[in-house]
Amino acid sequence: MKRTLENIENQFETFQILNEEGEIVNKDAMPDLSDEELKEIMRRMVYTRILDQRSIALNRQGRLGFYAPTAGQEASQLGSQFALEKEDFILPGYRDVPQLIWHGLPLAQAFLFSRGHFKGNQMPEGVNAVSPQIIIGAQITQAAGVGLGFKKRGEQAVAITYTGDGGASQGDFYEGLNFAGAFGAQAIFVVQNNRFAISVPVEKQSAATTIAQKSVAAGIEGIQVDGMDVLAVYAATKEARERAINGEGPTLIETLTYRYGPHTMAGDDPTRYRTDEEDSEWEKKDPIVRFRKFLEEKGLWSEEEENELIEKTKEEIKAAIKEADNTPKQKVTDLIEIMHEELPANLKEQMEEYKEKESK
Amino acid sequence: MAQMTMIQAITDAMRTELKNDENVLVFGEDVGQNGGVFRATEGLQKEFGEDRVFDTPLAESGIGGISIGLALTGFRPVPEIQFFGFVYEVMDAISGQMARYRYRSGGTRPMPITVRSPFGGGVHTPELHADSLEGLMAQQPGLRVVIPSNPYDAKGLLISSIRNNDPVIFLEHMKLYRSFREEVPEEEYTVDLDKAAIKREGTDVTLIAYGAMVHSSLKAAEELEKDGISAEVIDLRTVSPVDYETILESVKKTNRAVVVQEAQKQAGIAANIAAEIQEQAILHLEAPVLRVAAPDTVYAFTQAEEVWLPNHNTIVEKVNNVINF
Repeated sequence: MKRTLENIENQFETFQILNEEGEIVNKDAMPDLSDEELKEIMRRMVYTRILDQRSIALNRQGRLGFYAPTAGQEASQLGSQFALEKEDFILPGYRDVPQLIWHGLPLAQAFLFSRGHFKGNQMPEGVNAVSPQIIIGAQITQAAGVGLGFKKRGEQAVAITYTGDGGASQGDFYEGLNFAGAFGAQAIFVVQNNRFAISVPVEKQSAATTIAQKSVAAGIEGIQVDGMDVLAVYAATKEARERAINGEGPTLIETLTYRYGPHTMAGDDPTRYRTDEEDSEWEKKDPIVRFRKFLEEKGLWSEEEENELIEKTKEEIKAAIKEADNTPKQKVTDLIEIMHEELPANLKEQMEEYKEKESK
Repeated sequence: MAQMTMIQAITDAMRTELKNDENVLVFGEDVGQNGGVFRATEGLQKEFGEDRVFDTPLAESGIGGISIGLALTGFRPVPEIQFFGFVYEVMDAISGQMARYRYRSGGTRPMPITVRSPFGGGVHTPELHADSLEGLMAQQPGLRVVIPSNPYDAKGLLISSIRNNDPVIFLEHMKLYRSFREEVPEEEYTVDLDKAAIKREGTDVTLIAYGAMVHSSLKAAEELEKDGISAEVIDLRTVSPVDYETILESVKKTNRAVVVQEAQKQAGIAANIAAEIQEQAILHLEAPVLRVAAPDTVYAFTQAEEVWLPNHNTIVEKVNNVINF
């Protein structure tokens, strides 16, 4: 019995294209991306890092609401999103706001989501996504359903969902993978294994050596990817997408990554469960640092370009915050209005009550 | 017109909507090939194909989750939870997810899902098959909870539920599935959601019930008539939201009310109705509003089931209490 497990676990090697020094170590797997596309990936990662820094600062100033820091996870988040097409459907976890932004959610709305305004959750027409899921794992079975829906409609699109290493312990994770496999749903399940579910280390989540191997029990493809390597994440997602729309079934992608910041800005203190050594060890793997080296080596990137981008990003953030500031506060009557298609009698009464209250 | 049992009427409603709307999908455990453990989906897979009527893996939360995903891609899912006692496995998908999606998405993602499920006591099932858990559902804003008491309503209410653009929990009392037949039109028709029905007119007391307890209430009303007490019987049909208009109009006429539920007494539908009646009509009342309900234990094993369940005798007793108050 033990031998079977070892055999399975040994087959899950970490897929890497770009090493920590920014060198291509897996030439055959190098995705076919133009110079402009490579630069676009870099721009998105830098933008997202700056957005994270600004979001943390805004949160500390009391100018943002719920916020889950993203620094460290840019390659996992943006490499996978970059492999998608507009018609693909994202079911994010609460840390996956960057993917939504690059899928078409305006930044001002992302801030409204953080501030707890329903307008932050309204995807613009044609943006195929739902707002971030709060219940860990609930999005996974839903992604199986979206992927099944695409299959039934014969659409060339996939559902992609994100969770973390903790999410892979939920019942819904197993049910979602299993349903997707059984139905041949056009779905991709990304587990960003950032090593901690708030404070609990991944070693305490499961006896399994990898999360990727959990695909085996569901009878679907699984791969473990260096989640700090944007090219590897992109290539793995691209391949999973192709397989899904070709009727070859869903894929589980585990990305090995790290969040530099706290779980959320609501009082989590990572020094209670992580060491400085661990932090600095992972910072050496930084996705932006290695991709910058790679691009500079190719003559595609410069410090000036990056500084210019940073300034531009800060301006965009400022403008988006201003737009969010100018959005009228959500009212209880807005909530009553959109709960149902047609107001039931009890809510009609309560609507009048709150209209009255809010008119004062 | 045809004579149909409630289960036949339910099948007929699904057949009607599968025909009417290609986005309607029917699925669940044993729902496809086998036609459902109660044969509610008998023949539907054969008629509409495996793509639209299908078996799922055995996992209720997964069934709830794919229902949501299918709704996100424009389908109108009609999943079955094999027995409603299994709903605990799918509570998040129902209460945490589908009930909230329209609001959560700023009104952009409707969830036109009808979750069908058998429940109800008196048929000697194993544990967690018969429980009346409608109160759990009714506590969740964003859900409609519908419980038919007869074949005619079952068909019309199920068609209305499937056509509704918000989630509906459609609970089918197992004891009523085959207990009687009645005339049910073969053509399509709807019965309005959120509207109670007056099943029997009366002047001395209002009995408010739903599901199998409608029949116990009607039986009680017959008994009471022998003693010269005229009971009006209201069938709620939709237990969330409750049609208070019909209830209050009746209570203002009879000045007395007994609310009947098969569920345990604590924190139930009946408690809420009693509260609303006293808030809205206390000056019309000649007696306190009483409740008929099961004791506040978990559902009884089969040997104690018959005594545990409320019946027409318990109803007669409570009515006598309000009449003689």
